[in-house]
Amino acid sequence: MLTITPPPGQRRGQAGLRRSLTTLLAAMAAAAALAGPVAAQSGDSAPETVQSTTTIPRAVELGDVEHGRELWEFECAACHEMGPGAGDGIGPQLNRVFGRRAAAVADFPYSDSIRRMGRDGLYWTFRTLDAYIENPYALVSGTRMSYAGLDDEGDRADLLAFMRLYSDQPGDIPEAEPTARRVEVELPPEVLEIRGDREWGEFLASECTTCHQRDGAAAGIPSITYWPEDRFVVAMHAYREGLRPHQVMQNIARRLTDEDIAALATYFATIDD
Amino acid sequence: MAIKRRTLLAGMAAGSAVLAAPAVMGASRPKVVVIGGGSGGATAARYLARDSQGALDVVLVEPTRTYYTCYFSNLYLGGFWDLENLGHSYGTLAARHGINVVHDWAIGIDRDAQTVTLAGGDVLDYDRLVISPGIDFVEGSVPGWSVAAQNRMPHAYKAGSQTELLKAQVENMREGGVFAMVAPPNPYRCPPGPYERISMVAHVLSERNPTAKILLVDPKENFSKQALFEEGWARHYPGMVERVGPDFGADNVSVDPEAMTVDIDGMVEQVDVCNVIPAQQAGRIAHLADLTNDSGWAPVVPADMRSRMDDKIFVLGDASAQGDMPKSGFSANSQAKVAANVIRHELLDARLFPARYANTCWSLIATDDGVKVGASYEPTDEKIATVDSFISQTGEDADLRRQTFEESIGWYNGIVADMFT
Repeated sequence: MLTITPPPGQRRGQAGLRRSLTTLLAAMAAAAALAGPVAAQSGDSAPETVQSTTTIPRAVELGDVEHGRELWEFECAACHEMGPGAGDGIGPQLNRVFGRRAAAVADFPYSDSIRRMGRDGLYWTFRTLDAYIENPYALVSGTRMSYAGLDDEGDRADLLAFMRLYSDQPGDIPEAEPTARRVEVELPPEVLEIRGDREWGEFLASECTTCHQRDGAAAGIPSITYWPEDRFVVAMHAYREGLRPHQVMQNIARRLTDEDIAALATYFATIDD
Repeated sequence: MAIKRRTLLAGMAAGSAVLAAPAVMGASRPKVVVIGGGSGGATAARYLARDSQGALDVVLVEPTRTYYTCYFSNLYLGGFWDLENLGHSYGTLAARHGINVVHDWAIGIDRDAQTVTLAGGDVLDYDRLVISPGIDFVEGSVPGWSVAAQNRMPHAYKAGSQTELLKAQVENMREGGVFAMVAPPNPYRCPPGPYERISMVAHVLSERNPTAKILLVDPKENFSKQALFEEGWARHYPGMVERVGPDFGADNVSVDPEAMTVDIDGMVEQVDVCNVIPAQQAGRIAHLADLTNDSGWAPVVPADMRSRMDDKIFVLGDASAQGDMPKSGFSANSQAKVAANVIRHELLDARLFPARYANTCWSLIATDDGVKVGASYEPTDEKIATVDSFISQTGEDADLRRQTFEESIGWYNGIVADMFT
């Protein structure tokens, strides 16, 4: 069996590992505590959420919402959407994530790892989200969320305070659209409309999978598995034009044609390995 | 075990003279034998089996049951990686992809009969043969050193017990002692490898034995990532590393393993640990099969890694002479995918794609101080040629260097998944 190596966050030092484990244990305890009441009322299964029976702190008590909004833009908005009309992108939409069972957004291609956690009763609460954001791999080892973690406890509280705004009743979700993504490169429609040659994409992808694991396991190098095709295309064009700064990715992208990029996008969006 | 094709054909001919040979062959799957289960061979076997979904009979011949990667073995020396995380088994290749993994040595190739003979006596026949045997050392390249002396003066350039031995010697070196490395001449496996190793030894000594010295005896004028390594040694290990180049006689070096001395063009240095990395050539089976030229490496066709000596044989990785790609695990992995596509095209009529090659080599200089060099390549008529390249810059900030190191861990996990899962 292949030796699985802990991600860098866990290898860096004992202190980091201990802290992560402490948070993890707290998160597990929180998940277990919430699993009970949910199981009891699981007859109503349509929206997989839990009505809070304990006091969920008011948003204002969690942290600084304005700072949280800035953190959201920098840390999360490249992959996740919140707000009216939010849809799934590289990550699932996060409206009403508080109280939601892990891996509960219909049709989103979650990792097996986080699906299993959801089945086992992981619900997103302040404490479990806090643990996940601190170190995703400590809580869900096989997650495809390519995120190194937010170390500062205060920052996490601010971010969660902001996210909490989008988890209140639907009527309370702010009307503005603060999570609109900035567009990295403006691509002409004909480039976005190229139909990818999947078989060619699979061959080209063998160059990617030396580093990016097919199953989406992400530690040190991000997952590119199941990205929406348009996001993949935009990202690769951004590397090709040098707008995204990474030596290896720019080098790889510079020799890709528009057709190559479309082929890769199609393959990684529909990979079945 | 495989039936020898000649035997099979002879039997068929005797039984029914009218039955055409192609029809007989059509009843069995085309056979591909892969010799060597490292970055080239394991990748080739996996892609051949996975992408043909049972239509090919893939045999992987590899003597060891646990494969220790050379890449990251320096990090093990430096205390940044565990030995068990360097080792990988072939179980998934057999169980998930149906590859027949044979733990034996290939000792002969009959190119006319298209058979491979194993040390255990079995004979495997093939329609296509992939060899990825890695390196062997050139006997006598460092006078005084031989494999018989590898316990006194380890090479540690094939990972495993040699790496463990060298690590123990470094850690137990007397206080204020001298660690010497005799670096290899070009071309050799992993161009930055000796210098990453110097960095890792310096890291260990600076913590455990700070008055120790490192003597790097290098026959080359220049080396890979030189500016980056020299900057890092000056910053992290000031005064510890001394490099002697060919201008001071490092191209005329001999050693005495009993006396633990290194003779640099007549100047004799007494040392405490001595890592001798000899000159290299293609692994032995490539020579036995007459696939090598005067350079000691096996020339290949740049477009598909096919041997220039035999169109049924492909040579991957370190053993091949292909042009500009460095001898690295990443290169071998990249070349394997090209060869696998060509072989599936020839045997199964799969769609053929034009070759694309790439390589990146990460090195660790000190804690959280990672650097990289890489390039993309395309085949020309005479060689695999660099089309575009990049390298880390001197003076990069600490965050970028840490990110580069973390990225190297991601790459390690990626490539071993691409080979073994």
